[in-house]
Amino acid sequence: MSHNPAASRFVPYAFAAPAVIIMVFGLLYPVAEAFRLSFYELRLGEQVSPAAFRGLAIFIEALGDSSVRESMYVTLKYAFVVVVLEMAAGVGFALMLERPLFGMNIFRTIFILPMMIAPICVGLIWRYMFDANAGPINAWLSPFGIQPTWLADSTLSFLAICVADIWQFTPFVLIMALAGLQGLDQSSIEAAQIDGATTWQVIRHIKLPLLAPILMITLLMRLIDALRGLEVVYAMTNGGPGLSTELFPLHIYKSAFVTQRMGHSAALSVCLLLVTTLLSLALMWKHNPLKRRGETA
Amino acid sequence: MSAEHSAPEGPVPAPWREEIGRYAMLLAFAGLILLPLFVMGSTSLKTQKQVFESGFSFFFLPTLENYREVLSGRFLGYLGNSIIVGVVATLLTLTLGTMCAYALSRFRFVGRSTIAMSTLLLRTVPPAVLAIPVYFIWNSIGLGDGLTGLIIVYVALNLPFTIWLLYGFVEQVPTELEEAATMDGCGPFRLFFTLILPLLKPGLAAASIFTFRIAWNELVIASVLTNRGTRTVPYAVYLFITDVGIDWGKLMAAGVLVALPPLIFTFVAARQIIAGLTAGAVKG
Repeated sequence: MSHNPAASRFVPYAFAAPAVIIMVFGLLYPVAEAFRLSFYELRLGEQVSPAAFRGLAIFIEALGDSSVRESMYVTLKYAFVVVVLEMAAGVGFALMLERPLFGMNIFRTIFILPMMIAPICVGLIWRYMFDANAGPINAWLSPFGIQPTWLADSTLSFLAICVADIWQFTPFVLIMALAGLQGLDQSSIEAAQIDGATTWQVIRHIKLPLLAPILMITLLMRLIDALRGLEVVYAMTNGGPGLSTELFPLHIYKSAFVTQRMGHSAALSVCLLLVTTLLSLALMWKHNPLKRRGETA
Repeated sequence: MSAEHSAPEGPVPAPWREEIGRYAMLLAFAGLILLPLFVMGSTSLKTQKQVFESGFSFFFLPTLENYREVLSGRFLGYLGNSIIVGVVATLLTLTLGTMCAYALSRFRFVGRSTIAMSTLLLRTVPPAVLAIPVYFIWNSIGLGDGLTGLIIVYVALNLPFTIWLLYGFVEQVPTELEEAATMDGCGPFRLFFTLILPLLKPGLAAASIFTFRIAWNELVIASVLTNRGTRTVPYAVYLFITDVGIDWGKLMAAGVLVALPPLIFTFVAARQIIAGLTAGAVKG
């Protein structure tokens, strides 16, 4: 850089400040406020007062709550199921589709459609698909004489919300894996093939290890998103029946704005934030997009 | 199971049978993706009677009645709110984000790594975590019910991703250009707006789609920060679900109206979107 040092001392701050101010005011400050609110026993609309201070008691009470634990269990089960199936299906399809095909661009465009539309629409679409009376799935099943009441059954409704997420995000894994495969160095693959390696051996011992960093990043991104979204479930089941589809973020939202326990909800949101931030740190450790050229960390 | 489908790599053309197998798989996959979208589209064109007729059918006499009903209510105003929020939030995010990305890429300054680190960490703050404190703070300073408060949250939410996406694009602009311009006496801000910004068009295109998508689609924060007048469309759609029952045709018509702008963007700029999605992982 050949800037005049005296004049340019304030230049970087002038460029960075507006964005930093908005992020501090709109993200950092609210996050700090969530930490503060989690120490108070507050109803929706009440102001913070010393009398409402409970300290860590809110956390202890919240983490001991049976519905909170149930919601955590449902969320972990959900995240595990959808991320594993999406990774397996997405990578599997990518391996089959990696060779350039005529018309691949239009297919790729179709694949990203579910990710682009509003999650609330995804939820409504699948609520309709699984509707016991009007829904197409039961209409298609009627020749077989089975008419499950999908969203009224705890196991089936859990299955239904998984299907919606898998529909929406398997293409994301596919696109990431395809991009990775297309960037692979072909020479080692060809060398292995000349040495007589089978297709499966090439996949198992060359392609997958080379793809590992990208797949790890994809997995972490999917995991973070699976743990923090609530709109699809909000529209499909609103957490029910019972707590069978009550994902953790939905539980946080409902305890703040339905049962109106602000402190309780803030304590839970601090817990969720810690988990997503840890995953985010792992993601950053795997891949830091803001590192300078030539920097190591 | 994939072994038998995968063709060997290399210059040898795949046998035609394998090509057909691959296309069949692609078509099946695309069909599964498109089917629910077609279901939404066709249901939006049905009367309530057609919706509940036994057996789901793609063949029926379509009607635009649902759209007429949806658009004759308050929904039109909510669409207007969403457009304002989406456009203003996108413009602000792009301007501030590009400037910040430029600072992080081109300058070494005290606080640079702090900004870079916290930007990366803040990009995953769940909207559900923000909803409560934002509701609390915004209401206490009078931003609780308006579009301004919503826009501020969306700009803040989108800045981290925008900054790192554009950072990659700024890094690709050769510094020689700027050095030459600086020699000729061009100031840093004129240099940024006249020289750098036009070179970032592909990055700005991708970033604008991602930002607009969030601002247009977001439901959680919008549901707690808006009232009957300032509502945006995702929550307005949700409110079509009532305890008495669901008018699927109307609901799907509203859903189509919400889904349409992002779908159009996808068809116009699929290349940029895929570049944005894979930017982090693949180039890194």
